[in-house]
Amino acid sequence: MIYDDLQPSTARRTLTASARLLGKLRLDGPLLLAICATAVFGLVILYSASGENLALTRGQLLRMVLGLVMLVLLAQVRPKYLRMSAPWIYALGIVLLVIVAVIGDIGKGAQRWLDLGVLRFQPSEIMKLAVPMACAWLLHERPLPPNFTVVLVLGLLVLFPVGLIAEQPDLGTALLIAASGVLVVLLAGLRVRVIIAIMALLPALAWVGWGMLHDYQRRRVLTFLTPESDPLGAGYHIIQSQIALGSGGVFGKGWMNGSQAQLEFLPERSTDFIFAVAGEEFGLIGLLLLLGLYLFIIGRGTYLAMQCQDTFSRLVAGSISLTFFVYVFVNAGMVSGLLPVVGVPLPLVSYGGTSMVTLMAGFGILMSLHSHRKLVGS
Amino acid sequence: MFLRRTIAAGVIMAILIGAVLTKLVQLQVVRHDYYVDLSQGNRVRVEPVPPNRGLILDRNGVVLAENLPAYQLELTREQVPDVDATLQVLVGLKLVEADDIDRLKRLIRSRPLFEAVPIRLQLTDEEVARFAVRRYDIPGVDIRTRLTRHYPYGALGVHALGYVSAISEQDLAKIDASQYAGTTLIGKVGVEASYEEELHGSPGFRQVLVNAQGRPVESDNPLQRDLQAKTAVSGNDLILSIDIRAQRAAEEALAGRRGAVIAIDPANGDVIAFVSLPGFDPNAFARGLSRSDYAALETDIDRPLFNRVLRGAYPPGSTIKPVMALAALDYNAVDPNQVRYCRGFFTLPGSSRRYRDWKPAGHGWVNMQEAIAQSCDTYFYAVAQTLGIDRLSAFLTKFGLGQRTGIDIEGEKPGLVPTREWKLKTFRDAERNWFPGDTVILGIGQGYMLATPLQLAHVASIIASHGSTFQPRLVTAVRNAHTGVVTRAPTHASTPVDPDQPERWKRVVDAMVAVMSSAHGTARATAVGSTYQIAGKTGTAQVFSVGQNEKYNEKEVEERMRDHALFISFAPADAPRIAVAVLVENGGHGASVAAPVARKVMDAYLLPDTPPKPETPKS
Repeated sequence: MIYDDLQPSTARRTLTASARLLGKLRLDGPLLLAICATAVFGLVILYSASGENLALTRGQLLRMVLGLVMLVLLAQVRPKYLRMSAPWIYALGIVLLVIVAVIGDIGKGAQRWLDLGVLRFQPSEIMKLAVPMACAWLLHERPLPPNFTVVLVLGLLVLFPVGLIAEQPDLGTALLIAASGVLVVLLAGLRVRVIIAIMALLPALAWVGWGMLHDYQRRRVLTFLTPESDPLGAGYHIIQSQIALGSGGVFGKGWMNGSQAQLEFLPERSTDFIFAVAGEEFGLIGLLLLLGLYLFIIGRGTYLAMQCQDTFSRLVAGSISLTFFVYVFVNAGMVSGLLPVVGVPLPLVSYGGTSMVTLMAGFGILMSLHSHRKLVGS
Repeated sequence: MFLRRTIAAGVIMAILIGAVLTKLVQLQVVRHDYYVDLSQGNRVRVEPVPPNRGLILDRNGVVLAENLPAYQLELTREQVPDVDATLQVLVGLKLVEADDIDRLKRLIRSRPLFEAVPIRLQLTDEEVARFAVRRYDIPGVDIRTRLTRHYPYGALGVHALGYVSAISEQDLAKIDASQYAGTTLIGKVGVEASYEEELHGSPGFRQVLVNAQGRPVESDNPLQRDLQAKTAVSGNDLILSIDIRAQRAAEEALAGRRGAVIAIDPANGDVIAFVSLPGFDPNAFARGLSRSDYAALETDIDRPLFNRVLRGAYPPGSTIKPVMALAALDYNAVDPNQVRYCRGFFTLPGSSRRYRDWKPAGHGWVNMQEAIAQSCDTYFYAVAQTLGIDRLSAFLTKFGLGQRTGIDIEGEKPGLVPTREWKLKTFRDAERNWFPGDTVILGIGQGYMLATPLQLAHVASIIASHGSTFQPRLVTAVRNAHTGVVTRAPTHASTPVDPDQPERWKRVVDAMVAVMSSAHGTARATAVGSTYQIAGKTGTAQVFSVGQNEKYNEKEVEERMRDHALFISFAPADAPRIAVAVLVENGGHGASVAAPVARKVMDAYLLPDTPPKPETPKS
């Protein structure tokens, strides 16, 4: 009986071993577990949403694995190097964005991709991480809250790439990048009077901008804000996704049984509107589970951010966690009809894009920032 | 500090997630039954309500294009289990031609899933009955009553009005598809196309409850109260400058020939008559032409689809002489009163090549007025040679030649005013140089120069108004279909030609009057018995070759090698109200063939007449 305590059980031994392994790999167990759980749930939803398309689901799985590799690799990089490289990555991203814009101009069409022959990728994905890192780099070792000049520079740092991406036009990504930069600034702290000044300026700016728009541009903005006024165009998405969510009820219609999704009433069902498929097939319960996982990831990420000790790490880690929230909120809000339709995918669940890899990379950076902190004087 | 910010962020996130959860509970718990009803069995279909297309009226309010109800067969893809099989069934019912299946499939695929795509327009009663018998075997296909375009006067004025026809894939690429939801027809050419935006209006929508088969269900359903609707906004009515009496007179006078008549009000550029013959029945296009019907129209040797007024480029022949005379006066190159001797031909100094007059014996001693009245060629050979090509082409350009007149419908050709640079660019080797002989024949509107009938009428109108240049236009006003408010379109004038030289204009106008009334005037027969004074100029343009696309036929080649007959004119000469250009392809002489047509148009427009009665149109 006494020796039982001295002879740890197999389960306990395994746990200890994996904890040690995670520690060595500089990973955070709970966060990694929640990410993987969400991604697996996502695969289950995607398989149904894609109409049992195994090849597509396998492709998503491959991207997940690639993302996990990125996560593990980035977790090994020392925060010092991340900080030092931040401005360079930012500059590289800007150059690529400009190249894409120029090629797009020549090709006379929307251009987001950069084709490098062997691989094609969207430079805007780099900016999702480069913008918060560059902002945090600028704020590092500066007195906080930043003075007006620094805020102005930060504003330009965020707005330039956001403008380029919004021009592509990719409003969803532009919005996310803007959020990630703004969150860094907000976390760094702004004087109350600066916040008030900006709040006061916004309506004035909007008013001036509205006056400068052409009639047809105004109409476009209005349709964008109230899609219900255009039930034959953008409004169709919202009407169908609300029917999907509503008819799912509390318990859902069951996996692969959503009539809205399976009969193709729901547009973009495996990408931007996959949240509605989840709601139709798994009901409110399923959505609560999904949102619970997301909130856990955000909470854990924020907790790790708070434990970081230098400004750069805290700001980047905080921004990554909170931007993840923006993802979830904007997508869920748009699918449920709370927000206008903006092309923002549901993180870790929506099919495709490089966004899965970027998200994982972000979490890798987050884990690196946390695990490399010096455990002194806490 | 960081902690406080994080806590604040947490609170904000909680509020936002709370909002999402509230919305989800509202959707999934509170209104669950409503949405279940929507998703199972009963579905809400958003049905577009197409706007009524604007009417087209002539200047006196006679309706030239209207909308009539017709049965139309429509297919909604989201309710059709198998599009291929369904189309095959329709072929079996003889409602769709087997040849059209590929085109229909492409069309169906190009429209949104939930939209009803018209696959047959204007069904006959018998076809409706044939469909009704099998209706329940063909889910997703239905007959609907829709307004369709109807032209009560058939081919009358078709090249000005244009026509509407089924929206094609190419059209879809150009338009905002949601503005055309539920709309079947779109303007293709003429006023119908160029004023598409005015005529179309904007669609409304209504939500309808449909069963799983896609058929509307009864209206006492409890879901009914949640349905929304928005009324469509009709397109605007267009009021044309066309006068149907003049238009009809012109078409009747030209009937049986190929050619063009165009009449313009010199005071504002309003087009009074716009005729290109042969024409075709635009109603056939609105009904939907089969592939073979269309091919027949396209390959017809008389080219009924070809808009000769806008796109036919012809040598202007002697009708250009009044402009040549003005050029001579403008550059002070000729004394108009000085007489010159015409011996039946003209030679360039140092050359023996003879440029012949149409009158082999010659006109004898003629001054400028007599040269125009008798259409003396040698006089104008000399004028052209004196002026030289550079001054000539500059002056012709002032009259809008070699460029589009800017009429308010699309498709106009610019014609051609040759210049040295143009020849250098167009030809090769030795041919590239401008020769003196090229200038000489330009004096009588032959050689490289080309003008459309519209440009010739424009020239006549400029002379009539002593230099005012108004862009020709067909649409003079737009009437709001809902309020009835009429908005008049402004006239567009460009730089006037020599506005401060009334005596020059008078001299040329007098000469054109002499064409009609002097003892030797070439068109004196035409003016006999008229109560108003006409100014005119005849022309005969040589045809050098039969067009490449035209098929050869021994008898017809002979006919098609004949000269084109031309005539420009305006009346009354002292206060012109109408300028007319007539072109008759292979008509022979301008004086005998083209001029009488112009006279009939003028009579119809100028002489007091019973008010225009909206006569019983042929149906």
